[in-house]
Amino acid sequence: MTAIVDIKSLRKVYKGGFEALKGVDLQIEEGEILALLGPNGAGKTTLISTICGITDPTSGEVLVAGHNWRKAYRQARGLIGLVPQEINLEGFDRVINSVRFSRGLFGMKPDEAHIEKVLRQLSLWDKKDARIRELSGGMKRRVLIAKALSHEPRVLFLDEPTAGVDVALRKGMWDTVAELKANGVTIILTTHYIEEAEALADRVGVINGGELLLVEDKQRLMERMGRKQLTIELQEKIDSIPASLSEFDLELAPDGRSVTYSYDTRGERTGITKLLAGLSEAGIVLRDLKTSQSSLEDIFVGLVEGGTTPSKEGAA
Amino acid sequence: MSFIAIWSIYKYEMFRFFRTILQSFVSPVISTSLYFVVFGAAIGSRIQEVEGVSYAAFIVPGLIMLSVIMQSLSNSAFAIYFPKFIGTIDELLAAPVSFFEIVVGYVGAAATKALFIGTVILGTASVFVDVHILHPGAMVAFLVLTCISFALFGFIIGIWAKNFEQLQLVPMLIVTPLIFLGGSFYSVTMLPPIWQTVTLFNPVLYLISGFRWAFFGISDVSVGWSLLAIAAFTGLCMTVIWWIFRTGWRLRN
Repeated sequence: MTAIVDIKSLRKVYKGGFEALKGVDLQIEEGEILALLGPNGAGKTTLISTICGITDPTSGEVLVAGHNWRKAYRQARGLIGLVPQEINLEGFDRVINSVRFSRGLFGMKPDEAHIEKVLRQLSLWDKKDARIRELSGGMKRRVLIAKALSHEPRVLFLDEPTAGVDVALRKGMWDTVAELKANGVTIILTTHYIEEAEALADRVGVINGGELLLVEDKQRLMERMGRKQLTIELQEKIDSIPASLSEFDLELAPDGRSVTYSYDTRGERTGITKLLAGLSEAGIVLRDLKTSQSSLEDIFVGLVEGGTTPSKEGAA
Repeated sequence: MSFIAIWSIYKYEMFRFFRTILQSFVSPVISTSLYFVVFGAAIGSRIQEVEGVSYAAFIVPGLIMLSVIMQSLSNSAFAIYFPKFIGTIDELLAAPVSFFEIVVGYVGAAATKALFIGTVILGTASVFVDVHILHPGAMVAFLVLTCISFALFGFIIGIWAKNFEQLQLVPMLIVTPLIFLGGSFYSVTMLPPIWQTVTLFNPVLYLISGFRWAFFGISDVSVGWSLLAIAAFTGLCMTVIWWIFRTGWRLRN
């Protein structure tokens, strides 16, 4: 795959001396959904604003489909659609007028069929003549998406698209994003909802304190760092794990009433059957079983709070 | 050059204007009528002709200039301040357009609105007095140039302003006095010599003088100076705007 957006050592120092981006390198591949995860103030919005030309970086450069985003800003920006985090809309304006304006601003000839398609896709068609201030928050956010899609971008930046959106709408938004991806649009999504990244992304980038801590294929990330645990509660307390079970990675709880088995879900064999047989052979009676899997959230919290940069082996 | 982008901005801005067309139309008609009642009928009846022109007719060019300058200035300032205020400026900054296209779109729309209002005032004035225009071509040229140059100036104010107070500050404290002291309602020759000299430093004097010349063939300063002044002012504004977009001053943080 080719990088449609190539970010090279992007650095941004604000006037007060605050370093919002500490040299970010990132290649976004055509057709993927990349989720940028990070706590508030991590630099997500600064990164997006800088790529889109709203903020000037201190150093570094961005190439969009090979076009330098400053020297060839017309070609570069024309490929990008931005859905900002803040709901920046003129309340007195009508939905369709605002969407038409965005298309024209990006130098595209009027195309009512396309505008209609976008508005229908976002369930806004019946609201096309409504004034924007009459719309609900979720609809306004969809108007922002419609504006960004009005000029048929190849790359779409969604800056926290579901912030302050209720659960039902969030699911609807996810469907929209999936549909866009199916249409071949490359999507970069910032969020601080882990579940959002987990549900949508092909790759996940974790950003904190202006640094990209890691970018990795979501599945591989979860495989690498996501282990599953089986907790076995025992009928009777034991003092130590029988020697016959030493081949398993078992941990005995301090109260001696449960053991925890860690395993890799992607392994050829999880070893659970063998373990259970071994337990019964050793005369241990089970009371209950419970499994848990570390989520992207655990990984994320571990990365951000750990403060250390994890190994980037295997990073794409 | 993206003509579609320029046209989109222009059309969008004009749409805002037509949304409130009644206000845009009625308010200049009423204010002009008031000026004619006060200055033309009440005071004007006590004033002899000014340089061979009846006082009521003499103030017509000044009145048009007064409105046109204020309208182009405030329209343009508001047009660019408003997106900054509500945040839609980001869309503009992220769009594949040059500063030139943005300026042409916004300034063009603001100048058009001012031109429209200037025409309405001229029409209203002709109800009260017999307006005779000696050099119609020059009159239109001065009017259009004034609209454009002050729309450019307004654009700068709109970008400079950090709040609504500042947005009002320059028009209220600087431009209004300059217009009133620039001979809108009198000929500079009516002033004591010392004030005549001071007035020569007022740029608006040159605009009103040139505009009045186009009507009646009389002027306080020569037409050449008027044209030079307006050209210099337009050039200065354009340079400042070019610098603003190059550095991103008050636009990009």
